[in-house]
Amino acid sequence: MRLPAPNAILGGAIIGIVVVCALFGAVWTPFDPLKINFAARLQPPGPIYWLGTDEFGRDVLSRLMAAAATSVWISLLTVTAAVTAGTAIGVLTGYLRGWTDRVLMAFNDALLAFPGILLALGLLAVIGANKYGIILALGLAYTPSVARVVRGTVLSLREREFVEASRVMGNSELFTMARHILPNCVAPLTVLATSMFGWVLLSESALSFLGLGVPPPAPTWGNMLASSRAFIAQAVWLGIFPGLCISLTLLGINLLGDALRDKLDPRMRGV
Amino acid sequence: MTDTKLLSVEGLRLVVAHSGLEVVKGVSFSVAPGEIVGIVGESGSGKTLAAKAIMSLEPPSIRRTAGTIHFEGRDIAQLSPAELRELRGARIGMVFQEPMTSLNPSMLIGRQLDEGLALHRNLSAEERRALVLDMLRRVGIKDPEGALTSYPHQFSGGMRQRIMLASVMLLQPALLVADEPTTALDAVVQRDVLELMVELTRARGTAVLMISHDLSMVARYTDRIIVMCRGEIVEEGATEELLRDPRHPYTRKLLAAMPRRLPTRDIPPATTPIVEVRDLVVDYGGKQGFFRKEPGKRALHGINLAIKPREVVALVGGSGSGKTTLGRAIAGLLKPSGGEIRYAGRSIVPGSEGWNDYRFNCQMVFQDPYSSLDPRMTIGSLVLEALRQVPNMSARDKIARVHEVLGEVGLGETYADRYPHELSGGQRQRVAIARAIVRRPAFVIADEPVSALDVTVRAQVLDVFADLQERHGFSCLFISHDLGVVEQIADRVVVMKDGQIVEEGDRDAIFDRPQHPYTRQLLSAIPVLEATAGGGLHLKWRLDDEARMPDAAFA
Repeated sequence: MRLPAPNAILGGAIIGIVVVCALFGAVWTPFDPLKINFAARLQPPGPIYWLGTDEFGRDVLSRLMAAAATSVWISLLTVTAAVTAGTAIGVLTGYLRGWTDRVLMAFNDALLAFPGILLALGLLAVIGANKYGIILALGLAYTPSVARVVRGTVLSLREREFVEASRVMGNSELFTMARHILPNCVAPLTVLATSMFGWVLLSESALSFLGLGVPPPAPTWGNMLASSRAFIAQAVWLGIFPGLCISLTLLGINLLGDALRDKLDPRMRGV
Repeated sequence: MTDTKLLSVEGLRLVVAHSGLEVVKGVSFSVAPGEIVGIVGESGSGKTLAAKAIMSLEPPSIRRTAGTIHFEGRDIAQLSPAELRELRGARIGMVFQEPMTSLNPSMLIGRQLDEGLALHRNLSAEERRALVLDMLRRVGIKDPEGALTSYPHQFSGGMRQRIMLASVMLLQPALLVADEPTTALDAVVQRDVLELMVELTRARGTAVLMISHDLSMVARYTDRIIVMCRGEIVEEGATEELLRDPRHPYTRKLLAAMPRRLPTRDIPPATTPIVEVRDLVVDYGGKQGFFRKEPGKRALHGINLAIKPREVVALVGGSGSGKTTLGRAIAGLLKPSGGEIRYAGRSIVPGSEGWNDYRFNCQMVFQDPYSSLDPRMTIGSLVLEALRQVPNMSARDKIARVHEVLGEVGLGETYADRYPHELSGGQRQRVAIARAIVRRPAFVIADEPVSALDVTVRAQVLDVFADLQERHGFSCLFISHDLGVVEQIADRVVVMKDGQIVEEGDRDAIFDRPQHPYTRQLLSAIPVLEATAGGGLHLKWRLDDEARMPDAAFA
């Protein structure tokens, strides 16, 4: 057994820390993330408040830890939803083609024509801004691009001779899709899913910024970043730490995604 | 002495930079002005890399560690990038293998041909135009004026290769490097293009370095042959002599791998053919969009064909003849628009009662072993999958069968845990054959099963296939454009052109007494190497002594 690739180690370490913080943050934080303390407003990072406090005197570290759970959970569920729905649509349209393809893809293209954030905004206005509303809205907004990518992959895969070979062996279409088409879509899907994780984190921040994210006072990295804007001159740390959390998580996810893709592809394993 | 050489390569060594693997090991050869030299070798022999190094065009991952290359007395390694650019095109021309990709698809033919002239010659636009038109005429383009304002996709592969040739010869290079110039083309077109190439270069005194895996093709046109194997030159000599008296074992192996006719087999007479096709029609549907409907195209015009038990029927024809379509229709991969497919006397329609039985007994071997095996599955599971739907067979029996079949195709069960990418092309095609025969089918369709393989590997795979056919007695529809292979393996030959069968008959009849002009054209396009008394070979064209053929009144 060889050592894992360096990107797997680094990515795994970052994601590990984030997950531990998120789990830990749900149980215990240094201070109550929601407790307002006007005596300690806008404290810079120091021995008591390691990462400083915000405009209501709430501890930034505690809020970041609490937010990790919410943010990661929202992104994870959204990506899972979008990838599942998008893959199903992509495989069906790409493999069956014909009318299924034309109808579903016309609908898909119509969705793609809207900017994702606009779509999410519209949906949130209907569903109402809460955690699951956000997941549903963002999931729907990101599904079309997954469907596009998967459909393209499937279109090229179905012309490969091993798919025809499967038909000659008498396998049903469903079996062929599950056994031969789907596993060969994993590589582009992993890449897409990991980069999408980042977009979703950012979209969630953008929605918070517009006031349609997870409603305050519950913290998410996005709404922390958004509310830091007003105090950027007096308290840079309010923006820097949530921003760092988002960037590092993205980096970790991307590194891990690359490593995962290589790991899942038998061609990349040592010969 | 070196003065009389146009090109001389001395002790060339090329190494893969990151792994240190030596791919060209001390190769020396030379080309005299006006000489036609062939480099023959199988994939991995380093022949293409050696040729690319002549123009300093080796890929960045390849490093030259030793050796000198002199062209017209100048050391290539000493030249500045600007001098090299001047050399490329103007003095050394290159024709690549793939005519579909070597012309820029978004550029007019006229501009592409003009590009080199404008770069290397100091001529006015009118003079260049006149030269281009003259050259297009010489390579046999019917409407040169019209061709100037056409795009590459408007021409067939053969025509594109002619245009490519024209663009190279326009600059009157002293040396033409042709890397598998006709491998992607049909046999008939191949001969035309090669003859044109030889004629043009002879007329201008251009030397040619022809790189190919096809020994008989190279032998036909070259003065001298260099045989390469695993990065080394194993033998070199005048073409005639090398064929008559090959010295190195590898050359002998190459020559022995050429397909040859085997004795006629006895096919037991049968009352019902195993597979029969009646008036089969296949139309390709046009594109259907929301707003328009393009008309389809008829690919097969009423085909009738019967294959007896144990018989190997070869289906030959050029590209676009419909031979692959016919194979796919019989395999049930295409829905015919008319006609009937019968298996063991019963009409077969997908979904009908006999269909499952047919599906069970009709298997297929595909052309490209690199795309016919799912890259994510192990060899064992790939072959096992074919047994998935076999009833009344325990899992243990299935695995035993898989191992047995892997042994039969000469791989052995140790291969069961490997992945396709760990195997060579020939081994992969053995896996594909194993997958097709693991159910013990009564009928196998083989669509160009060996055309993607190297010569010596091709001979081995063909032997394995013929052995298995003999042992298990399945009938076979063998689709191929390679008449040499067909001559070796077929009992009966069916010739197709434009979606119709133009001639069919026993192998000997078709090869010795072809009746239809198209069959004769196909046959005359491929050279044969005939064994001579001394154990060597002698090259000849088929049907060259046209005089004794009946007058081509129907041609």
